[in-house]
Amino acid sequence: MSIAIFKYAAPMNFYGLAGRLIPWFAWSSGILTAIGLYLAFFVAPTDFQQGEAYRVIFLHVPAAWMSMFIYMVMAFWSAVGLAWNTRLSFMMSRALAPTGAVFAFLSLWTGALWGKPMWGAWWVWDARLTSSLILFFLYVGIMSLWSAIDDPRRGDKAGALLTLIGAINVPIIYFSVKWWNTLHQGSTINMTKAPSMAAIMLAGMLVMVFAAWFYAIAASLVRVRGIILERERQTEWVAEILEGKA
Amino acid sequence: MLRFLIAVIRRDLRLAARRKGDWMTSQFFFVMVVSMFPLGIGPDPVMLSKVAGGVLWVAALLASLLSLSRLFADDHHDGSLEQMLLSPNPTVLLALGKALAHWLIYGIPLLLIAPVLGVQFSLPADAIGVLMLSLLIGTPVLSLLGSVGAALTLGLRGGGVLLTLLILPLYVPALIFGAGAVDATLSGLGAEANLSLLAAFMVMTLLVSPWVAAAALKVSIE
Amino acid sequence: MMWASWGEFWAMGGYGLYVWGSYGAAFIVILIEIISLGRGHKQTLKRLKRMKAWESQ
Repeated sequence: MSIAIFKYAAPMNFYGLAGRLIPWFAWSSGILTAIGLYLAFFVAPTDFQQGEAYRVIFLHVPAAWMSMFIYMVMAFWSAVGLAWNTRLSFMMSRALAPTGAVFAFLSLWTGALWGKPMWGAWWVWDARLTSSLILFFLYVGIMSLWSAIDDPRRGDKAGALLTLIGAINVPIIYFSVKWWNTLHQGSTINMTKAPSMAAIMLAGMLVMVFAAWFYAIAASLVRVRGIILERERQTEWVAEILEGKA
Repeated sequence: MLRFLIAVIRRDLRLAARRKGDWMTSQFFFVMVVSMFPLGIGPDPVMLSKVAGGVLWVAALLASLLSLSRLFADDHHDGSLEQMLLSPNPTVLLALGKALAHWLIYGIPLLLIAPVLGVQFSLPADAIGVLMLSLLIGTPVLSLLGSVGAALTLGLRGGGVLLTLLILPLYVPALIFGAGAVDATLSGLGAEANLSLLAAFMVMTLLVSPWVAAAALKVSIE
Repeated sequence: MMWASWGEFWAMGGYGLYVWGSYGAAFIVILIEIISLGRGHKQTLKRLKRMKAWESQ
């Protein structure tokens, strides 16, 4: 087992493995999305409180979860990379960030479109919304730091440090905003009042969560392959790949 | 150890005393940004006193970021930063010393100017006191977290804007507790809760950020 | 079938703007990401090939 892990920690082997895995994740994501959308629009009944508007949550919840989960995975790879100086971990972190930012943006966008009919406001300065916004800012900051640094090794480590300090900060931000919100009685909206979810709604949502998860894996694997090629362009095996495809 | 820390701080203080122009620029930036707000939102004293805490705090964040972009840049330029990194003294102390020096040079003046601006915003005396106290506790956070950003963006093109982009989201808790303390005083709730949370956040950044800044410095210099 | 007609399906009980605004945005954003992923990989290969050809000259 541990030998297998070490084997795939080498970029060359991982490049091949990723190439074999991508179709699987991409197709399962596509199929799950189709099932999820079918459940969301044709099976799940109309919610008696929220009407049809609640169908946004089949998109909103997966996007919000994935935006946080991807950040956690990035923080994990950053910590691994800094601790053991494994190049591939930094590359994974880089490959994940754009997809995480996409999901963070989508969770904000769909949150606004869900909030308007439900609570009468596109945006409230609630703990969850505010920390999602800050999370999106963090993604943007990390990606701009990477793009500003030309030296890949410096970029890797600098981005990892920023990711980690952001990971410490996000929960603090969440609780500080939450606490701030209880003092400002501005928003009396009770966001925790979840709709009493029917089992079929929950099932649809979970299917969509897995679809988003597999999509994120597929997208980041495609991206990491590009990064690996770029970094390893001086090596023999990349030369072989380039010639083979020529 | 302590001697090295003090040496780093004293060196920066002496350099700052020689470059008074830079120092004045940052302070006037703070004053001017704050003075723009009444012109933008109208002179109503009730409203001004309501927004004063937030406005002063946001201006303080921006002013500190403005000066932070040069925290390591000058030393990097003349090569003294590399020498300090090569010296046997721990880098953590270097990072801590630089951040503390920045706080003494740029943070303390902010809280001394703040009462004047508070009067402009028709803040009552007790709220002005709390504002100063919140800045006293909160500005170290700005210097400490900012030193991480300054180390990460050292020598990059567009470093100043990039630094703002990286660090501003991390300042959010300090902003909330700092401005919240002023707000709580105005509404009669008392600022203790805000100030103690701010102090807790400050202690946490004091414990964490010098290590991260030191690691970032090593990454950036290599 | 829970929808009597396509019109009703698109109307979403009066919430069409919100529901389709969300799904539409998600579709567009993810489509853009997929396209840029595919193109990015091809461009990387092409660029590396060009660099190699240039270096071997």
